[in-house]
Amino acid sequence: MSRLLLRNADGADPGGSWSRDPGDVQSAEGADRNQIARVGLRLFLVVVSSLFFLFLIAFIARSQMADWLPLTEPLAPLANLWQLWLNSAFLVFSCIALQWSRMAARQARLDATVIGFALGGVFAIAFLTGQLWVWQQFVAWGYFVASNPANSFFYLLTGLHGLHLLGGLIAWGIIVAKFLHRVPLSQLSAGVELCTTYWHYLLGLWFVLFALLASTPQTYEVIARFCGLR
Amino acid sequence: MAYAEQAETEALHEPKSFLTKYIWSQDHKVIAVQYSLTALFVGLIAVVLSDLMRMQIGFPGSLAFMDASTYYQAMTMHGMIMVIYLLTALFLGGFGNYLIPLMVGARDMVFPYVNMLSYWFYLLAVVVLLSSFFVPGGPTGAGWTLYPPQSISQGTPGVEWGIVLMLVSLAIFIVAATMGGLNYVTTVLQARTHGMTLFRMPLSVWGIFMASIMALLAFPALFVSAVMMLFDKLLGTSFFMPAMISLGQQLGHQGGSPILFQHLFWFFGHPEVYIVALPAFGLVSDLISTHARKNIFGYRMMVWAIIAIGVLSFVVWAHHMYVSGMNPYFGFFFAVTTLIIAVPTALKVYNWVLTLWRGDIHLTVPMLFALAFIVTFLVGGLTGLFLGNVIVDIPLSDTYFVVAHFHMVMGVAPVLVVFGGIYHWFPKVTGRMWNDTLGKLHFWITFLGTYAIFFPMHYLGFQGMPRRYYAYENYAFIPQSAQDLNAFITVVALTVGVSQLLFLFNLAWSAFKGKPAGSNPWGAASLEWQTPNTPPIHGNWGAKLPVVYRWAYDYSVPGIEQDFVPQTVSPEELEHMRQLSAGTQIADVKT
Repeated sequence: MSRLLLRNADGADPGGSWSRDPGDVQSAEGADRNQIARVGLRLFLVVVSSLFFLFLIAFIARSQMADWLPLTEPLAPLANLWQLWLNSAFLVFSCIALQWSRMAARQARLDATVIGFALGGVFAIAFLTGQLWVWQQFVAWGYFVASNPANSFFYLLTGLHGLHLLGGLIAWGIIVAKFLHRVPLSQLSAGVELCTTYWHYLLGLWFVLFALLASTPQTYEVIARFCGLR
Repeated sequence: MAYAEQAETEALHEPKSFLTKYIWSQDHKVIAVQYSLTALFVGLIAVVLSDLMRMQIGFPGSLAFMDASTYYQAMTMHGMIMVIYLLTALFLGGFGNYLIPLMVGARDMVFPYVNMLSYWFYLLAVVVLLSSFFVPGGPTGAGWTLYPPQSISQGTPGVEWGIVLMLVSLAIFIVAATMGGLNYVTTVLQARTHGMTLFRMPLSVWGIFMASIMALLAFPALFVSAVMMLFDKLLGTSFFMPAMISLGQQLGHQGGSPILFQHLFWFFGHPEVYIVALPAFGLVSDLISTHARKNIFGYRMMVWAIIAIGVLSFVVWAHHMYVSGMNPYFGFFFAVTTLIIAVPTALKVYNWVLTLWRGDIHLTVPMLFALAFIVTFLVGGLTGLFLGNVIVDIPLSDTYFVVAHFHMVMGVAPVLVVFGGIYHWFPKVTGRMWNDTLGKLHFWITFLGTYAIFFPMHYLGFQGMPRRYYAYENYAFIPQSAQDLNAFITVVALTVGVSQLLFLFNLAWSAFKGKPAGSNPWGAASLEWQTPNTPPIHGNWGAKLPVVYRWAYDYSVPGIEQDFVPQTVSPEELEHMRQLSAGTQIADVKT
């Protein structure tokens, strides 16, 4: 027994898997700074996913209370979704433009990179403006933030999504300023890559939010039952 | 180009002025000290608050200003400060910042600017929190769990400003913790030096690494709760607030779910226990191994236990809510997961004990604190098994047994590691040794004192003494003997509180006047003790990054005279050391 217990206590180095090849320490397979930034961004997106996932769980749980008034009823603001579809189109165009910019940056085509990047930002601003327009419609129809939990969640979720995009636009603005100061493309392509990844993520997130906000109470009930919240 | 190689060739963000060196510093070591000093400062406030509470409990009416509202405000701020602003910040922001780059052989965190911002956001969170002492109505007195509807209902202290500042402060803190956490995780994943495999990392790094991942995933739950409660408070929404009549008036809220808040809060709250505990586990493993001159027992088991605890801690949260009303099957589920998480936790305790077994134990101050941690964590963990079971928890719920349990496991135990860790790494941070006598005095007063405080509370809890009461007189079910015990606890609490000045004096005095410590006073094998300069200078490693050839626990290796082998010793150098040792032994035999 004591031999078994001490077997692990003989000073053995457990270095092995999950390793930078301990047998050949000089050829470390590390990452460059761009890779580090990519990892950092992906981790951040995991955090944002956790945040929105918890909001969505809260949404589903709260939607099962009796006072929930769906926004998709015939006379409610989301009965007709054309405004949100229009905004979605802006965000899709924004992502397409940024993707074009990213591909151009990889091919070192400066003009196409700049144009695509600028267009991406402009479409994103259009999306945010469109979202504010939807908010204004809500207010005009008397759907205030505290009137009903469905309204509260609509403002909260679209607002938070918008804030994240606004944060992205700050990064976008910094890179645009660097373009204007004629910083070489090779130094900016990593930033373009990161912005594009972030935009794609926010587009995916927006469609999840859109699908949820535009769903019927029956759908919420099914999800709630599936999650054990009902 | 590999990051480690790139780090050797690139210029560092070398600080040029006093401001960039000590204030707006991007150096992980300076940021670690900033985090630690701020956390200790705010922790001292929490200690004073607890002593004020104890005065009211032990000697009711002895403080003229201590009315019910003040008592609840002190209680709330004490709890929140200790859990979030002291322990979380100190383990991740303090120890994490200092140790991760040094232990993995990096020059700094991978995002130094974000790291700096993380500290300043943390400081802002602290300032916002403390500002609630100076606003009309004072800080919130809702209890550290901030349960609605009471936390934002009239009659609760600090309902106008205090609760808003608390929630805003928490939101800012979470932003800070996220910036820090992204740095810690990415640095561990991407910036390890040559040869530093994940399974060669010291357990301190593993504990902080896993706790950072958990913080990144769990703090959003607190953020969601805080934002939604702010909406309820400021905009009149009804996320958590049900229909209520308050002070004779129907409120505008309707249909909200207070239980939803509890789920969100504890989905954060329970992982938070391990966000504090896992770094403590890691640090204490390194302390025990170093001061027992023995490699850590079951290293891989320890790593997998850390990972298992991290994962399991996300599926036990509702054991904090047995009395909130839940489906009995849920209660059964959460009781079972709670018992399961005890398995990897117990495994760690066994491994610490087996590390000590036949070790060359040096009862230094850090080691005393580490040993005290094991005992204390064991006691706190065992009472956790009581409370994890629904049938035992329900009668004990909201009694002093619970107060005793979480203070032992979540308060005293991690704080002992904080002290042990500070004493252990202080010589590296400052280049000087602390006063040993003062350190031992501090240890014995703190260790024995905390037991004298919290052991009797188990008994009080069994007697049915409820927690969160402002005054305990004139209750038929609380005997006079309980009051005598409360007076005793208060006297000890005041003594322990004042004795912390010994610690602060020792650190402050030794930082400037202590004996020079040398580069590796403990004879430790891990990388942070192998820096070319002590304290390490900006960039940590001079011109070349270190190369790692072994784990961090090569102590008392057979055939080597020196009782530790640093991680940077190559197999050739080790062979040379063996030959030298053999030669010395032959010479000894001849003489």
